[in-house]
Parts: sequence; structure tokens; C-alpha cells
Amino acid sequence: MNKVENNKAWFLVLPVVLLVAFSAVVPLMTVVNYSVQDIFDVNTAYFVGAEWYREILQDPRLQDSLVRQFIFSFFVLLIEIPLGIAVALMMPTKGRGASLCLILLAIPLLIPLNVVGTIWQVFGRTDIGLFGWALTSIGIDYNYASNPIDAWFTVLLMDVWHWTSLVALLCYSGLRAIPDAYYQAASIDRASGWAIFRYIQLPKLQSVLVIGVLLRFMDSFMIYTEPFVLTGGGPGNSTTFLSQTLTQMAIGQFDVGPAAAFSLIYFLIVLLVSWLFFTTISHLDKAK
Amino acid sequence: MSLSLQNVSRIVDGEYYIDDANITLEPGSFNVLLGRTLAGKTSLMRLMAGLDKPTEGRVMMNGVDVTGVPVQQRNISMVYQQFINYPNWTVFENIASPLRLEKASESEINQRVKETAEMLHIEQFLQRRPLELSGGQQQRTAMARALVKDASLILFDEPLVNLDYKLREELRQEIRELLKVRNSIAVYATTEPNEALALGGTTTLLHEGRIIQSGISSDVYRFPVNVDAAGLFSEPPINLIKGFVSESEVTFDEFVHFPLNQDLRGFKPGDYYCGVRPSHIGLVPHADDDLEISVRVEVAEISGSETFMHVKNEHFSLVLQLSGVHEYHTDTPIKVYLPTHKLFMFGLDGKMLQAPGRLHKGA
Repeated sequence: MNKVENNKAWFLVLPVVLLVAFSAVVPLMTVVNYSVQDIFDVNTAYFVGAEWYREILQDPRLQDSLVRQFIFSFFVLLIEIPLGIAVALMMPTKGRGASLCLILLAIPLLIPLNVVGTIWQVFGRTDIGLFGWALTSIGIDYNYASNPIDAWFTVLLMDVWHWTSLVALLCYSGLRAIPDAYYQAASIDRASGWAIFRYIQLPKLQSVLVIGVLLRFMDSFMIYTEPFVLTGGGPGNSTTFLSQTLTQMAIGQFDVGPAAAFSLIYFLIVLLVSWLFFTTISHLDKAK
Repeated sequence: MSLSLQNVSRIVDGEYYIDDANITLEPGSFNVLLGRTLAGKTSLMRLMAGLDKPTEGRVMMNGVDVTGVPVQQRNISMVYQQFINYPNWTVFENIASPLRLEKASESEINQRVKETAEMLHIEQFLQRRPLELSGGQQQRTAMARALVKDASLILFDEPLVNLDYKLREELRQEIRELLKVRNSIAVYATTEPNEALALGGTTTLLHEGRIIQSGISSDVYRFPVNVDAAGLFSEPPINLIKGFVSESEVTFDEFVHFPLNQDLRGFKPGDYYCGVRPSHIGLVPHADDDLEISVRVEVAEISGSETFMHVKNEHFSLVLQLSGVHEYHTDTPIKVYLPTHKLFMFGLDGKMLQAPGRLHKGA
């Protein structure tokens, strides 16, 4: 077939180009622009090259919160993914029970982030919060405001409470998509419950699990509101995660240059980890 | 090993899925279950397999009551409409899985998987995974899984509906050939009359949860017990016209008259349903006693080598199955010829009273 040159095509993609430019490229390039300049006021700015990047990467504040961030996301995935699968497996498949479970699961997802933080802030208090009071009254020395381990525990528990539903709902929909004939075939094959899970349900859930892991990784890696409301990043800096460090730098101290450099590094880390995860999974798939 | 269902019913939430089924299947036989969607084909198979327990009645295997014995303890295999294989195992492992359960030796597994794969022409795909194969190859894998062990009962639940026409014919033929040399009972569910005829063996007609007729496929086709059976085992469905038989003639809807012929002479005067197969009506007369009817064309569906022509007049409509391509515009007035010696006669209750050719059968 002959290729027909037609420049009208450029005109047709123009709306998309403009939309993407204004929504993504322009803001991103602004940040890139900030990150390579030292800005004093509107008229005074110097080009500093990679200076901010060098400074930021050596900043112990960033290094510490980066480590904390990875540990946090690791635990979030470690707990929420298996728990979500387990919840989905235990849910009833039809009838009123199923609808009820779906509604109950959806509730945490509908609550605004700062409200979740406030709920747990009150819930965990030892004087008026049910959770904190219950722990204290059975003799456990618990105080999320002063003990870093308790603070971590509470932040993680809050995240699990808030987001396991998402994983469970994804898995539930994935499980419902498996035709009944698979289970029949399995029972004819005398497959055990574990074998059904391992060789039918898990492989069939793979695609929703990839989405679940990616969503939960990205979300937890960018967590801000809930720990900010719950602990304010404390005690000390023990629950200060990346985005909170970034906000302190950009708005608290108005270090626009370093903060811009920080943002870009942050963005690249999220991108890199997601990409690594995704390609590894796809490669494993092909290799098998 | 013979399988028989005795007065088996399955009732779920007050609804009859299967209503008083009686059937005996012999070893080495090929049995087609023919019925429309929701007629109870799958329900009946599930009862045969032991996947479901009958609400009433007994299931006997070789004279031993196995009602309520779970599927795991029976030696059966099943092929489904969807292509059911273990998604992350290779084709080899998929086919080998029933043998692994029987704890067969490695060399035996190797040999039998290879043999079965060769029979189904998938030996070159043994190291691939099911999702990397075409639909036909996936279904061949599922069939190999079912055929690799010596199951006493093999159930096929509309295994070919998700395949294209060409593959369907090919696989249908292969299934038949593969099962001829076995001593297993094969049960094959389908909605297509032509498939039932092509497969041969016996056919059991299911209608709304009831077995309405069972027997050698061609016999069931030629001598349907009632209107339902005739309609079910005919594609396009058989034409039914209400006819009044008097002393000397038959009248269709007080409209067309023809003299009683030899076949119909024994009938008492009264109302009957007269059935004519779509393939028996023609555009030209074939015999002296053909009845000429003036009609208008509603639509002519051309399916390559055949044309399904829907025609009507103000009293009744007819479907014709004609060989070759016939193009007619809607509302074209034409004459069709109905062979009066090829009429099925049904009572008003639907029971068949006479089928064409039956009188000549013995002679």
C-alpha cells in the first residue's frame, strides 16, 4: 500500500498534545527549571546546574526518610496483599452476605484521608480512644505519641485498615471471573483446597494482583495526609516519610531549588520501582 | 461398566432442574444429550458425574448404588464448553495431571501423554502453556486430559461451541473415532440437531428438565414421539400446521384442501397437527399428490450451499430448506409444493400418531 502524506493528522492530534502539555509537561518542566537554578526573587536567579541534586542526595534528612519510606511500603505490601487475598477468598460468593461484605469493605475506601488520620488519632489515644485505652488496660505500655515503635505500629495498622479493602475487592472481582467449570474440573481431579488456590486461583489472580501491588506501592510510597494528621511525623522524625520531608523543605523553609530537585528524584524512584516490578513480573511470565 | 439413572430428580429452591429421569447407558456407547439452552443437559451430566446429588432417585454403576458417592471417588473425566486447563502448567503437565493423581510411574506418564497428544495432534506443543495456543489447540489439550486416563465415564459438555465451524467438524469426527476403540461410556451434550445426527450413537432429547425421548439417533430423528421432540430434533424447526381431517379430505386452517391419501385414510375425522420437514417442501412439484400452496416470500436466508426460505400466507407460515442459492425479494408471490405423503401427524395433545415412511418400513 502507498503511504499517503497528510499533514491534517497533526492538526487532529493537537488537542491531546495541548492537554498533555498543560497538565503534565509544563508543570514538570517548571519543576525541572527550579531544580537547576538558585532563585532569590522574581528577577534574581542563577543557574547552578546539578548543585541542588548533589546537595540533596547527601542530605541525611532525605536519606533517612527514604529508608523509612521503603520500610513502610515493604510492610504495607507484606501485610495488605496476603491479607487482601485471604479476605477475598473467605467472602461469600452470592446472596445478601456478599453484598453486605462488599459494602463493609468499601466503607474505609470512601473516607477522606484526613478523616482517617483523625479517626485513628482519637482511636489510639490512651485516655479517650477505645484502641489505646484497651491496650493500656490489658497492661500493654502503648503511646503512639511518645514511643516510635507504637507510632509505626499505629500508622501501619491505620494503612492496613484503610487500604486492605482495595486489594480484597480487586481479588474478589478476579476470583468471580474464574468460570465454575475450573472448580468442577478440579474436584474431578481430586485437587485439594491448597492445590486449587495454588494452581487455579493464584494464576488467575495474577493480573489483578499486579495492579494491586503497583497501586499499593505507589500510594504507600507517596503517603502524606494520614501520618501527618496522626503523628505529625513524630515522635521525633520517626514517622516522617518522604512527602512530608519534601513539604517541609518546599513550604516550611521555602528552599524551592532543593525541593524541586528532591521532587524529581522522588518521582524517578516511584517510576523506577514500578517499572522494575512490572518488567520482572512480565519476564518471569515469559520465562516459565 | 454401565450407568443407569433411576427416577432421578434434582430440585433446587422448588424448581425442577431434572424431573424424573430414567436412562441407562451401556459401556462403549456414545450418547448425545440434545436439548436447548437450560433444558437440563448440564444438570443431568452433573448428576451422572456425581458433582451434584439427586434430590430423588438412584444412580447405579454396574448395578451398584453410587447415589451420593462424590465425584472424587468415581473414575470420570469431563470436557467443558470453556477451555479448562491449568493456566501456568505446560501442555505436557496438564495432560499428565490425571496420571500423577493415580501415581503412575514416570515412564508410563511419558508414554501415555505422548500417545494421547499424538492422537489429538498436539504433540508439537507439549512444552507450551495453554494460553499460548489457539482455541482449538486449548480444547484439544483439555480433551487429552480427559482421555489420557481410562475413565469409565467421559462427559462432553458442549465442547465445540466456542470453536469455528471448520474446527468443529474436524474435532467432532476425531472425538467419534477416538471413542470407538474405548470401553468408556461417552456422553455428549449439544444444542444442535445436526451434530447429534453426525455423531451417531444414541440420542436423548431433553426438554424443560424432562427426558422426552431416547434411542438410536436416526430412529429418534425419524420417529419423534411428540411435537416437542420433532421441533427439537430439526433445524430449522419442523413446520406445524393445524389440519382438519374429514371423511374424504384434509383442510389446512379452512383454507387449503387435499384428498386423503393412503397414509391418512385410517384417521378419525377431527383436528390434528400436521408436520412437514423444511427440506421436504419444494419450489417445484415432485409427485402427483404434492399440494400446491400460494404464498409470499418473507425472507430468504442464504447460507452458501443452502437457502432457508421463510414464506407465509394469511393463514400460516412455512420454512423451506432448499439446496443451492435462491434469491427472492420480500413479498414475491410464489407457489410451494408440499408432499402430502410425507406428513407427520400429531394429535392435539402433541403425541405423534404417524410418521412418514413408517408403513413402508417393514415392507
